[in-house]
Amino acid sequence: MSRRRPNILAGFGSTVWLLVVGLPLYVMLVATFQNRADYGSNGPFALPEHFTLDNYVDDFNSGFGQYFLNTVIVTLSVVAIVVLLVAPLSYAIVRSRSRMTGLVFRLFLLGLAIPSQAVIVPMFFAMSEVGLYDNLIGIILPTAAFAMPVCALILTGVMRDITPELYEAMTMDGATHRRVFFQLVLPLSKSGLSTIVVFSALQAWNGFLFPLVLTQSAGSKVITMGLYDFQTEHGVDMPGMLAAVVLSMLPILLVYLFARRALVQGLMGVGGK
Amino acid sequence: MTTTATAVSADSKGVERSGRRPGRSREGAGRPGFAWAAPAAVFFGLFAIVPLALVVALSFASWNGLSDPEFAGLDNWKKLFDDPIMIKSLWLSLLLTLLGVVVQTPLSILLGVWAAGHQRNRAVLSAIYFVPLLLSATAVSVLWRAVLDPNFGVPAHAKWLFGDGNLFGMQSSAIGVLIFVSTWQFTPLHTLIYQGAARSVPRVLYQAAEIDGAGRYRQFFHITLPQLRNSVVTSMILMVVGGLTTFDTVLILTQGGPGTDTTISAYYMYQKAFKSFDYGAASAIGVMLILVATIISLVMVRLTGYDKMNSTMEGM
Repeated sequence: MSRRRPNILAGFGSTVWLLVVGLPLYVMLVATFQNRADYGSNGPFALPEHFTLDNYVDDFNSGFGQYFLNTVIVTLSVVAIVVLLVAPLSYAIVRSRSRMTGLVFRLFLLGLAIPSQAVIVPMFFAMSEVGLYDNLIGIILPTAAFAMPVCALILTGVMRDITPELYEAMTMDGATHRRVFFQLVLPLSKSGLSTIVVFSALQAWNGFLFPLVLTQSAGSKVITMGLYDFQTEHGVDMPGMLAAVVLSMLPILLVYLFARRALVQGLMGVGGK
Repeated sequence: MTTTATAVSADSKGVERSGRRPGRSREGAGRPGFAWAAPAAVFFGLFAIVPLALVVALSFASWNGLSDPEFAGLDNWKKLFDDPIMIKSLWLSLLLTLLGVVVQTPLSILLGVWAAGHQRNRAVLSAIYFVPLLLSATAVSVLWRAVLDPNFGVPAHAKWLFGDGNLFGMQSSAIGVLIFVSTWQFTPLHTLIYQGAARSVPRVLYQAAEIDGAGRYRQFFHITLPQLRNSVVTSMILMVVGGLTTFDTVLILTQGGPGTDTTISAYYMYQKAFKSFDYGAASAIGVMLILVATIISLVMVRLTGYDKMNSTMEGM
């Protein structure tokens, strides 16, 4: 290994890509700390002349606090539903020999190919019909449902790696399914569980179409809707808008900074399996 | 041994299913019953499969959302294929998807293979690299809308590169922006896929190649690339389904414009439903999108023999 020459071409290419990714992020961050006049006259690359946090304060005063809270509620609920339902499902898929379970697994595989947009029309009417239109529950339920197929795929992949001997040993001791599930399967699937937590949380936090079609009033808006409204209503207030973008991603970015390795590995599993 | 075990558990299936509550004595010996899968199945059925069935049904109905839906046979479908905007939107969707695949695949393979190595600065670089993965399509679109704004953004300060043109005012540049933005956003995800796959290529292959005197580039083309073929299919299918269903990016960056020049099918479906209130036609577009995505995915799986190559999946 050590005798290899440095790969100059690869190093160059990756640096270029770093600039492509990094520059817009820099522009965004810097813009949020200056006022509109400075941004307009000095351009997007200049460092702020008069450092200010007003853009963030303004955003918070125009409802982003509420949107934030709503998004947190939606995200936590979606993650809870997905984990509570997908964990026993995956256990059944891996261990059960029931024909019904096999059928259910096929159904979920089919679900991988359904884009959520395709069902937006019936979803809109169903939610209006049962009185969940403009209600956070109306976003939570379909978002969780559409996050489930990938999560099931990830978790069954991990649970398949548990060796049959372990099941046999526990069963010999007379353990119930519940004990096998809680004392063997769950502890050994920690990596898969954290992956589906990450994946479903990202889905819920970043969701756009279901909130767009299924909510309306400020009281039930989520952060992506706040962003979209900002863009359509005050599109020329670039610093304010970019501050809203930063706010929308702040929690995830903080998690990323502290748990980068786990997050990236989790996301790696999404495509890798 | 295994066959008898299967037979026994199949026989006791009825018992397991009737006894919902895991009774200590009986169930411990067998396998978990359908009851463990039931809650997820019911939930998924209710919020994904039922709407799917409904959208298929609605595609054969005429409905404005107020009166009751009426059976209309193939009317929506005929209308669709006589609608020049619809046909154009379908081509645009396919074009954007194709361009996306062509641009992102080589880029993400190269970056993924690079990131799988052991360069000293790799950790630092990839920390920034993967940030776009975490952002919503909404945030990404708003960010780029601001960065590329003709009056306040980069183009106003880099006329030597952009001229005084409004990037969103011409079809070719608007499409270019959409491709660029989705590349910016999604290349990291595909890079991750390839990074994972490149790491799991058996080291012995490279050692053997080095003994044979193969250089870095020959190793890349003769070992790494062939070993990545399954990931290429996985990643391309993700790109195709993602590309065909792009929505937020178009809604925020171009609003389908100029004119209908970037009105892709998913956006056209949204307009049909929630701007023109023609829910039947919108449903038909939705069904068509599902069909096209499924067909392309199936063809890709078949053509590449992905379904017969399970062996290279090991260790992923």
